[in-house]
Amino acid sequence: MRAPLSWIREYVTLPSTITAEEIGEALVRVGFEVEEIEYTGQEITGPVLVGKVVSIEEITEFKKAIRWVGLDCGEADIRYVICGANNFETGNLVCVALPGSVLPGGFAISQRETYGKVSNGMIASSKELGLSQEHDGILVIGDTQAAIGSDALALLETNDVIFDIAVNPDRGYALSIRGIAREIASSLSLEFLDPASTVNLADFPLKDGGVGVSIEDVSCASVIYIRTLEDFNAKAPIPMWMRRRIEKCGMRSISLAVDITNYVMLELGQPLHAFDKEKISGSLKIRRAGKDKTLKTLDGQVRQLNAEDLLVADDKQALALAGTMGGEFSEVNTSTTKIAVEAARFDPISIAKNSRRHKLSSEASKRMERGVDSALAEISSARATNLLMQLGGARYVGTSCAGGVQVGAEIDFNPDFPSQLTGASYSHQQVAEELLLVGCLIANQEASIWKVTPPSWRGDLLAPADLVEEVARLVGFEAIPSLLPPRPVSPGLTQEQRRRRSISAALADQGLVEIQTYPFVSDATMKTLGFQGERAKTFRLLNPMSDDAPHLRVHLTPGLIEAAARNMSRGSRDFGLFEMGLIFRNNVKLSPSPKLPTDRRPSEKEVKELYAAVPTQLMHVGGILVGNSEVPNWQNKSKPYVWSDAVGLAEYILRLCNLDWEIGRSDFAPWHPGRCAELKIGGIAVAHAGELHPRVVAAYGLPDRACAFAVNLSALPAGEIIRPQILATLPVAVQDIALVVDENVSARAVEDALRAGAGDLLESITLFDRYDKLADGKISLAFTLTFRAPDRTLTNAEVSLMREEAVAVAAARTGAVIRSA
Amino acid sequence: MSSEKDLKAWVADAITAFANASDLESLKNARLAHTGDKSPISQASRSLGSLPNEERASVGKVIGDAKNEIALALAQRTEDLEAQRDAKVLLEEVVDVTLPALHAHQGGLHPITIIKNEISDFFIAQGYSVAEGPELEAEWLNFDALNIPADHPARTMQDTFFVEPIGSGLVLRTHTSPVQIRTMLENEPPIYVICPGRTFRADELDATHTPVFHQVEGLVVDRGITMAHLKGTLDLFAQKMFGDTAITRLRPSFFPFTEPSAEVDVFFNGRWIEWGGCGMVNTKVLAACGVDSEIYSGFAFGMGLERTLMVRHGIKDMHDIVEGDLRFSRAFGVGL
Repeated sequence: MRAPLSWIREYVTLPSTITAEEIGEALVRVGFEVEEIEYTGQEITGPVLVGKVVSIEEITEFKKAIRWVGLDCGEADIRYVICGANNFETGNLVCVALPGSVLPGGFAISQRETYGKVSNGMIASSKELGLSQEHDGILVIGDTQAAIGSDALALLETNDVIFDIAVNPDRGYALSIRGIAREIASSLSLEFLDPASTVNLADFPLKDGGVGVSIEDVSCASVIYIRTLEDFNAKAPIPMWMRRRIEKCGMRSISLAVDITNYVMLELGQPLHAFDKEKISGSLKIRRAGKDKTLKTLDGQVRQLNAEDLLVADDKQALALAGTMGGEFSEVNTSTTKIAVEAARFDPISIAKNSRRHKLSSEASKRMERGVDSALAEISSARATNLLMQLGGARYVGTSCAGGVQVGAEIDFNPDFPSQLTGASYSHQQVAEELLLVGCLIANQEASIWKVTPPSWRGDLLAPADLVEEVARLVGFEAIPSLLPPRPVSPGLTQEQRRRRSISAALADQGLVEIQTYPFVSDATMKTLGFQGERAKTFRLLNPMSDDAPHLRVHLTPGLIEAAARNMSRGSRDFGLFEMGLIFRNNVKLSPSPKLPTDRRPSEKEVKELYAAVPTQLMHVGGILVGNSEVPNWQNKSKPYVWSDAVGLAEYILRLCNLDWEIGRSDFAPWHPGRCAELKIGGIAVAHAGELHPRVVAAYGLPDRACAFAVNLSALPAGEIIRPQILATLPVAVQDIALVVDENVSARAVEDALRAGAGDLLESITLFDRYDKLADGKISLAFTLTFRAPDRTLTNAEVSLMREEAVAVAAARTGAVIRSA
Repeated sequence: MSSEKDLKAWVADAITAFANASDLESLKNARLAHTGDKSPISQASRSLGSLPNEERASVGKVIGDAKNEIALALAQRTEDLEAQRDAKVLLEEVVDVTLPALHAHQGGLHPITIIKNEISDFFIAQGYSVAEGPELEAEWLNFDALNIPADHPARTMQDTFFVEPIGSGLVLRTHTSPVQIRTMLENEPPIYVICPGRTFRADELDATHTPVFHQVEGLVVDRGITMAHLKGTLDLFAQKMFGDTAITRLRPSFFPFTEPSAEVDVFFNGRWIEWGGCGMVNTKVLAACGVDSEIYSGFAFGMGLERTLMVRHGIKDMHDIVEGDLRFSRAFGVGL
């Protein structure tokens, strides 16, 4: 809402010493954000006078048609100026900038010779005076009352301060000068002069003879007034003060009748609509569109109507989208002489839907959506009637109405409640004063529980807490002390939360950088990565940011791969990235979301149903390894990241969580089918790691052999309390064993066999060499076995026996034979 | 038989020979010559047995003293020469310690993780728990239970990501507030939680907006909770985030889920910054969660983590936070 200070002053007796900043702060204190304070007219210095055009000589000998204009500026002589515009005629009043004046942008006016004449000033346009941005020729003062030779800057009220105020959705009443002035008065404890109270309703009683009105049902509107006038002079001038106020509030002057409705809307907050009465067949009806198909609105668009659209119609047809935009057919124009003015409180939700369905947010709908003071329909329509009579010479014919004023329900209010809820201490007197200031009535101030009736313009005041907010904001939030609540002892992070933290820190310690990516994925990405069937089932957004990426991610690898490609394009070559976050899979039939009430807690059964309608979302951590793990340096050559680095990181994560796992090869997208390890716990796959599929690597331009891992943290069992064994201190016996096996025998199978054969005294086993250059498809695997007994030093004979048994089991299970030197 | 004069000469000879030995090898030769079996002092020592008993003790002592003197000189010289030898080796083993040490790639946490951890730790110390919930959420939990009815503008397509099909009842949560609702449905007061997490709104990515962002919300429901408790909590939180001199200001505002409602501003680097929203939990919200507002009251607050980060660290462009450029996260290390 743009509110000019010059207008606000009419309704608040502001002290002359107060600054615009202080007024702005007063608004902020009571909950109105002032987005900008604009000082207008400061760039202009006069003299700029009101001049009457007395002669026009068209000069046509130059390339551009120009005028030699004689002006009566109330001076002894006629003043002559050259003018390039031609939108005025003899007898018009215009603004004449005399030599010596300076217009916005440092535009200094001086006497100058041009087109063979001496131009003694300039006839100014709205743009040149800084009043508007539009090039619409010079400014013709429609107001014939303006005195010739008077100060045009005063007439135009160029010097002003305009507050641009953000109004919260619960405060529709403040989308008016009346509402803003009330808030400023309350905030600064100044007297408020309500403009609504100056309208004499008795002048315009209900009276037949005009256009009648009815409301189809209560869901459409709560009140409507129709005032009918005749003999209106649509060509009567628009007074400059009205035009300027409308412009300062950010709207455009259109015609006298429309300007009057807009002016009253800005003044009081009630949107009004003027119909050409001659176009109305019968009476007006507020109803749903139903079977009506189209309506041409006054912006010239033909609107396809929805059956639920709220309309103003007559006996024959739809005339306007109620509270949103008028129709072209019944629009007032320059030949209109009979007017029906509509002022209504339409159902706010219906207007919001009108506006949303037709993508039409108008000044009217903005106010209607937020709810208009139901008492204003009568007052504002009377005010508009008065102006149409005064300014347009109209004759009052009659008034019809339907519905009536809604007063908010009485609220039972404990006057101690504001202090209890805020922690400040307000006296009962203070509470009463603030509520009265808001416009509430208190029926029984001496009782312990007050009966408070909110004013008609405060549809948002419904519960005791709403009244507390009024008291608190008007007294000021700074009156609330700063205390800490009596808080309990925290249980701290959960094990899952601690695990996630440790894993992130550990991966960062391993040289990986954490990133966060959007979880939106395209069809193409799903296809390239090879997510098919069950693994491709996910949720699709109705309104994605980009139609290309409507799916929610089923895995972390797409985001990691894309981020890796982006980092490469920005010059990084060798790096590891990781991300931790939720993934989405639509692979379980969900029960439909139950429709639940909000006025009570849902039952346990309902809560269960509600939760069951939300898909399980798994927490994953994934990483990608690109390029070299060690770049070339003075000690070593470069060392590329290889599949086993990714496996190592996945295992590292499980080891951090103190878990044991089984490992095997897996064909799992988006990995290389021959180079992907699957890690299982209790038979459930919890992690995949290895080299990415060459197709994926190529598609994203990653270096060959890029690797990745992903661990499903949600699938990891909870860790158990660790109970370490007593540390053995006796000497160890170390045995190296080199075995030859077929190349398709896994190292893990051989190790497991050795472990099984070696018995309980085997403390550790490590693969220290793998040689694949043997003939006949054989490889050699060399292990170090470390034995220790808790109670004695092992003899050579004992160790040899254990070694032989280990080799025997390996031979039996894997066909291993001792490698001869 | 040797005289005392002889003994003195032998000692002096030995000391001189040791001193003249320039390395450990020549010292070895000198040692053999002056303390070996054939050295005069060894011979003298051996001849002690032939002396009469009454002389043996006194002569023995004199010889012993001389031997000790030689041994001491030898030990000292050995030590000196070994030190000389070691010094030479260590000198030869000198390296250029400025050669770059081998590091794994420098890793790092995303600063949103760092700030989330920081905030969680702060509130845990204040007695809170850290509550979490799904990102794909039931509309009832994201809107209805928070007093955002079906026709509220926040529920339009411009702000909320809806999930197919129309009427699925699922949205990407627009705030972490549904976690507050879940917490109240699952727990009895007193409730002290913060809910950090990822949230979604259909805003185009630009310098200050991103469709995927993070919030931290706080919820307290207990007996006798007042707005003063909210203010005290926010004051302390602001100091934790922005330094001890940070101060906060509450401005009246409007949110459907709180009444009274306020915007939280924080004074940082010489100006007021809009930080978040807060208020006393609306009794309608308490009712929808089965909390008796005759007994309990509560406060709630919410801040954007990206905004907090941008303000605190002077980050100018949201793109840097969301694009996954490793240089951005790496600059934060692990936040120490």
